[in-house]
Amino acid sequence: MPTSPSDPSSQEPSVPGPVVPGPAGLGRALPGSADCGPAVPDLAVVGAGPAGLAAAVTAARLGLRVALLDAGERPGGQFYRRPAPGLGAVRPESLHHGWAAFAAREAALRTHESAGRITYFPAHHVWTVVPDGGRWTLHAVAGPEERSVSVGARAVLLATGAYERQLPFPGWTLPGVVGAGGAQAMLKGGLVLPGKRVVVAGSGPLLLAVAGSLAAAGAAVPAVVEAASYTAYAGRLPDLLRNPGKLAEGATYGGALLRHGVRLLTRHAVTEAHGRDRVEAVTVARLGGDWRPLPGTGRRIPCDALAVGHGLVPQLELATALGCATRSGEDGTVALELDAGQRTSVPGIWSAGETGGIGGAQLALAEGELAAFSVAGRPAPAALVRRRSRLRAFAGAMAAAHRPGEGWTGWLREDTDVCRCEEVPAGRILEATRDLGARDARTVKLLTRAGMGWCQGRMCGPAVAALAGETSSAAGAAPDRRPLSCPVPLRHLAELPQHTD
Amino acid sequence: MPKRSSLDAVIVGAGVVGAACAYYATRAGLRVAVIDRGSVAGGTTGAGEGNLLVSDKEAGPELDLALLSAGLWRELAAALPHEIEYEDKGGLVVAPDEASLEALRSFAKGQRAAGVTAVEAGAGDLRELEPHLAPGLAGGFHYPQDAQVQPAQAAARLLAASAAEGALVHLGEEVTGLVVERGTVRGVRTRTRELLAPAVVNAAGTWGGRIAELAGTTLPVLPRRGFVLVTEPLPRVVRHKVYAADYIADVASGSAALQSSAVVEGTPSGPVLIGATRERVGFDRSLSVAALRRLASQAAALFPVLADVRVLRTYHGFRPYLPDHLPAIGPDPRVPGLLHACGHEGAGIGLAPATGVLIAAALSGAEPPLDPAPFKPDRPFGREPGPQGQQP
Ligand SMILES: Cc1cc2nc3c(=O)[nH]c(=O)nc-3n(C[C@H](O)[C@H](O)[C@H](O)COP(=O)(O)OP(=O)(O)OC[C@H]3O[C@@H](n4cnc5c(N)ncnc54)[C@H](O)[C@@H]3O)c2cc1C
Ligand SMILES: Cc1cc2nc3c(=O)[nH]c(=O)nc-3n(C[C@H](O)[C@H](O)[C@H](O)COP(=O)(O)OP(=O)(O)OC[C@H]3O[C@@H](n4cnc5c(N)ncnc54)[C@H](O)[C@@H]3O)c2cc1C
Repeated sequence: MPTSPSDPSSQEPSVPGPVVPGPAGLGRALPGSADCGPAVPDLAVVGAGPAGLAAAVTAARLGLRVALLDAGERPGGQFYRRPAPGLGAVRPESLHHGWAAFAAREAALRTHESAGRITYFPAHHVWTVVPDGGRWTLHAVAGPEERSVSVGARAVLLATGAYERQLPFPGWTLPGVVGAGGAQAMLKGGLVLPGKRVVVAGSGPLLLAVAGSLAAAGAAVPAVVEAASYTAYAGRLPDLLRNPGKLAEGATYGGALLRHGVRLLTRHAVTEAHGRDRVEAVTVARLGGDWRPLPGTGRRIPCDALAVGHGLVPQLELATALGCATRSGEDGTVALELDAGQRTSVPGIWSAGETGGIGGAQLALAEGELAAFSVAGRPAPAALVRRRSRLRAFAGAMAAAHRPGEGWTGWLREDTDVCRCEEVPAGRILEATRDLGARDARTVKLLTRAGMGWCQGRMCGPAVAALAGETSSAAGAAPDRRPLSCPVPLRHLAELPQHTD
Repeated sequence: MPKRSSLDAVIVGAGVVGAACAYYATRAGLRVAVIDRGSVAGGTTGAGEGNLLVSDKEAGPELDLALLSAGLWRELAAALPHEIEYEDKGGLVVAPDEASLEALRSFAKGQRAAGVTAVEAGAGDLRELEPHLAPGLAGGFHYPQDAQVQPAQAAARLLAASAAEGALVHLGEEVTGLVVERGTVRGVRTRTRELLAPAVVNAAGTWGGRIAELAGTTLPVLPRRGFVLVTEPLPRVVRHKVYAADYIADVASGSAALQSSAVVEGTPSGPVLIGATRERVGFDRSLSVAALRRLASQAAALFPVLADVRVLRTYHGFRPYLPDHLPAIGPDPRVPGLLHACGHEGAGIGLAPATGVLIAAALSGAEPPLDPAPFKPDRPFGREPGPQGQQP
């Protein structure tokens, strides 16, 4: 393998010459399409988080003409969030590991933008990607005024990231109960704390990061309540040892927690949040091996906020609507099936980052770069390939450790709302499965409306599937198809160009 | 475990049609088992919209079936839990110009002779019936017998009511073969067992052709894809089922090409449903932007206010389609012991109760409430159109 650009995850090397035939004669511009230069881009990247951003700047460096579309207003995705300019934060990097890696890529984005190699579309939510005469058309809803925009491209990279997995419990809809990742995002994006005394609960490595940030920002964190046990990592010790960076990160968190006197309770869960108008306390109980709460172990911890999350779920609407093959991950979520070059099963569609299985920002960066090499038809640097497989193996180990045990449903009561948009309690879901013949999440949804509201099941999907007795590890787990990845004004659909017929 | 021989019939399919067959057979005193490879309503029923229409059917056997069903649905609304969301809201067919209004008049004339109530509405009446309708329409017809149910709930409650009366329900079990002895069907086979009965009812919807094949015969059921748009929840802006006159021509068409004429209706929970397109593309599950564009533009043409609402999701299903647009209902003379109850295309929710009654009559030897001859499964279907009969 030729040694090509030095480890691309370090810095932006100089731009090598174009490696892809000039984009001449790539068909007409779309009626009503955004102006992205005279020619159709070689690659459209959806998502400007670590994966998409890395892919876009690497692809541009390799000579591709790139369109980068992202629902957010600024690049960075879920990880590299920062306060809006008006908030006057001086050092957003203080809340981040690896800010330099991001800053370098953001700078590269700006350079490529002004050189016309990347067209960046912030605040563009892509609602579908469709094949269109040998290339792809991406349809998006743009800006607060909800403009309709279409962008064509010869290849597409989906880097749509993940969202937080929530498992309901009595009281989870009380004000003051926020997502753990959401709390982190609030802190990074607006420098606001969800409360003064915040219990952090759920499962996954994110909890430690969140607790560390909250404590550093001045909140009291009476406990971090983790449902899994870290001894579960022991079985995958080799993967951990091959990822010293990760261990260091954990140690940083651990150190910060110790300094702030935060207690870590493993094999425990918040089984109820109490309060009238707002959360005032939580009940924390010890869990058995399958996450079933052990009777008689509950105790109350007073707090004025609860940050809770049970890991992340890949965001796959665009990919599944395209028919990309999926696999079930070790954490019980459904992820895309990808080859060594980050290709999905649909020719012309690539993916990188959390969509291929939850693995963190470092992995997302590496995969984004790998994908760019693959799209450009160039061999990837060996170091990058090694990095990616090392980080993937580690991600697998973490995923397995934090897979929710089936007994979590033991902390639900019949009147606990599982779907908060449509206010569907657990009892109705149980009735649908026990008495009415629903054997999967789709039928539960049809019979109860769970998952039919505004969030379209992003919030309750995993919980409903578990209550319906679906084990996502079942062969060929097909996530529910939700062909529009965001609400689309009917007018946009009505005004789509005729030639899509 | 009950003795195998105690069954009178095995019904393959727990869609709305299989559930209705179980319901009426059980009420006729028969002992049946319903078997489905998935959930209740896990097939096309879960994708259906639940329109119970007489308005879109021209005078003939399908309309007779629809009228019989309309009465049965009214009875069911009283007998089943309110969760089936039965609403006799009526349909409104509108004509954009004088020529299509004239066509509607002669269509309605034939329907009236068959027992349909069709009331002509002038341009002014339209605004009264549907305040948000676009201005400038020539007129239309109001069909008070059109109604609606929530299809998945309807199927589930029909099945639960049957189970309460002794029907056996086996979900998550696929029929992989039929037990055939000397040319006569004697039961079904799954991966783990046989269920024996003197009669097997093929209520496998779009997959009914496969069951016929397992019995050694043929039934040319093909998938006809349909997309539906679902909007954000809205206050009641649409009161009836509203569609334009050209819908009727689409329903009756045999063409494989994409056709659409939006039927617009509100639901009790708020979202407006806009459906549905019709095209024969096999079991193709990819999103058709063209289908969405057509539905959206037609809906906005009928109700301009809808242009500014948001579409939350879209879904699709595969209607069980027979080339002459009539279902196959009743015993298959070619294979003793086999009965069919499938191929209802875009009207299976509406036609389910009448189908159930006809099947129950055939099983128990009772007098059917209408002549089942037009639905004979062995009628000539002509040359089979198009390829696309394959399952993925
Ligand atoms: C709420 C939350 C908080 C997190 N906090 C931390 C943390 O503190 N520490 C940590 O180590 N990890 C954290 N993570 C995990 C971390 O963000 C990811 O590991 C990392 O960001 C993955 O990068 P990605 O590029 O795959 O996805 P993301 O960073 O999620 O980026 C995906 C991007 O795609 C965009 N997008 C998605 N769908 C569309 C669409 N249809 N059209 C247009 N754009 C679209 C999104 O707006 C987003 O910008 C958090 C995750 C979440 C969900
Ligand atoms: C978009 C759309 C909108 C529609 N709107 C309406 C409407 O408004 N009004 C209306 O009346 N109709 C409507 N329809 C049509 C209606 O949905 C169908 O006609 C009806 O659901 C057919 O019901 P069924 O019970 O025959 O089939 P299904 O519901 O498909 O049931 C067949 C069952 O058989 C099972 N099965 C198949 N093979 C096997 C096997 N080998 N072993 C075990 N089980 C098996 C399947 O799992 C399935 O559950 C619509 C259809 C679509 C697609």
